[in-house]
Amino acid sequence: MATKTHNERAWLFVIPVVLLVAFNAVIPLMTVVNYSVQESFSQGVWFWSGVEWFEDTLRSERFQAALGRQLLFTGIILAIEIPLGIAIALTMPRKGPWVPVCLVLMALPLLIPWNVVGAMWNIFALPDIGLLGYTVNAMGIEYDYTQQPVAAWITVVMMDVWHWTSLVVLLSYAGLASIPDAYYQAARIDGAGRWAVFRHIELPKMNRVLTIAILLRFMDSFMIYTEPFVLTGGGPGNSTTFLSIDLVKKALGEFDLGPAAAMSLIYFLITLAVSWLFYTIMTRQEEG
Amino acid sequence: MARITLDRLRHSYLPNPSGPQDYAIKEIDLDWEDGGAYALLGPSGCGKSTLLNIVSGLVTPSEGRILFDGVDVSPLPPDRRNIAQVFQFPVIYDTMTVYDNLAFPLRNRGVAETRVEARVREIAVMLELDGMLKRRAAGLTPDAKQKISMGRGLVRDDVNVIMFDEPLTVIDPHLKWKLRSKLKELHHKVRATMIYVTHDQTEALTFADKVVVMDDGVVVQIGTPVELFERPAHTFVGHFIGSPGMNIIPCSIDNGRAVIDGVPVETENGAHGATGRTEVGVRPEFVTLADHGIPARIVRVADTGRHRIVEAQVAGARVHVVVGDGAAVPEGAAHLAFAPAMTRIYSDGWLVEGAR
Repeated sequence: MATKTHNERAWLFVIPVVLLVAFNAVIPLMTVVNYSVQESFSQGVWFWSGVEWFEDTLRSERFQAALGRQLLFTGIILAIEIPLGIAIALTMPRKGPWVPVCLVLMALPLLIPWNVVGAMWNIFALPDIGLLGYTVNAMGIEYDYTQQPVAAWITVVMMDVWHWTSLVVLLSYAGLASIPDAYYQAARIDGAGRWAVFRHIELPKMNRVLTIAILLRFMDSFMIYTEPFVLTGGGPGNSTTFLSIDLVKKALGEFDLGPAAAMSLIYFLITLAVSWLFYTIMTRQEEG
Repeated sequence: MARITLDRLRHSYLPNPSGPQDYAIKEIDLDWEDGGAYALLGPSGCGKSTLLNIVSGLVTPSEGRILFDGVDVSPLPPDRRNIAQVFQFPVIYDTMTVYDNLAFPLRNRGVAETRVEARVREIAVMLELDGMLKRRAAGLTPDAKQKISMGRGLVRDDVNVIMFDEPLTVIDPHLKWKLRSKLKELHHKVRATMIYVTHDQTEALTFADKVVVMDDGVVVQIGTPVELFERPAHTFVGHFIGSPGMNIIPCSIDNGRAVIDGVPVETENGAHGATGRTEVGVRPEFVTLADHGIPARIVRVADTGRHRIVEAQVAGARVHVVVGDGAAVPEGAAHLAFAPAMTRIYSDGWLVEGAR
């Protein structure tokens, strides 16, 4: 056995990273924590308020409604994007000249900035001049996302599906591409049908990338801001006001720093907790 | 179980093959007897895996037919041919238990669950997997996984043939030997036709009753391990099998006799009919150092532990001689003697089939 060298000076090497993390994460976060437990009446005058803002936020109907909308939205887009992404990946060619073409086409929506996507869909879905909105109305279906909450929801969901399904497709495709041919050959010899091949070969082999896909899509959609802000501005009424839109309204619009800070922390903790939950469940399944 | 016949089989991976060089399989006629243990031996890229995939139906041959018990199966897909195949890398269904893995081929074919259970337990005992049936297959060692792959072939008692495509590649050396003898034992028990593809002569010679040696898309020789060793039909077989391989020395022909460096050499076969490039083939085991005979120059001596291998230069060719531990090896000039019954004349690589 080699003896380990003890040298406390080794800690010095950690200082740069500690400083970096302190400045870009810990200090900003602590400012928010600081705000969340105090009340200010005017500049520079602060009072200790304890957990009051947290209690207020959790009890407020406005927050509960925004959280509900947020969970519903994330639930819907995960339920659409994950199966749809897998289905598209399964139909993509594995070999040949079409592979790069398909991959580039798939990657295109991912390259468009959020606010541009919002603006595109804003115009695309306008009932009077937008291609989609006009066509749908011309078919006799009343559709106006600026007035009808349901229409607004459908448009926001469609926009997100259009923008982000590609990510799931590309990740699933990478998972599928890593399966050796022998697996498919063995399955054919074992007499497995298409569904059995998917269930017992493709899905288990995609497990890892799907964990990543679900986590990324959960976190991104849970924090979604720019696209619905540009598309609907959170309306009509409050119908598409998701958590981050509500948070910005509160912090910048109403300048309620204390409650906004408390809300940020709750928001952050929910995102963290749900991500952790997803991750543990999915990785445990893999090992068990 | 079935007798497998390959009828004038040719295969090219190119859409429009223009000559023999474009074919991975260059016309093969072959009969595999029902219940036999065969090995398909050859260097990498000789077409043996292609041939195996043609038999299993994963590859459709460009020309020719495959017959199982006289019935043409060429147009059938793998699942309708009723064959089993074990691949180079173990293929297991990760999410299933060992039991479910073994039961999978039966369940896919709608076999009753009581019958499935009986078969799975029987095969598990045979493969010594019976202690781990409840475990998830994903966490097992490579050799256990490869046993499961074999087991999935064995559970179906009606398979026509079980094929192995270099199945021991990823197995640790000390387990290779165990798994190989297990396979041999299984063959005795189930008496299924088995075809074992490998580039490793030890694996081929220990497993098979009959070995098919391939080179460059052609079957060079079919024979028992002893035949391949003692009477190679082609210099390729002589060189590929044996360690070191057969010595091949260019010779001239004089009156039906082989002559090396002006010294006539006694051979088992006659040289009548020999044309083109003529060579003498003799295994290192049948060459001795002598006081007179074929002149040679000793280049080096290598000790392998059991015996020594002397490398000598004869008529511009390199000749290996296996020498026992006690014998003295001269330095520099020496003479060699070849055992006449084990020395043969080859013409253009092929054994000359002529009496003396």
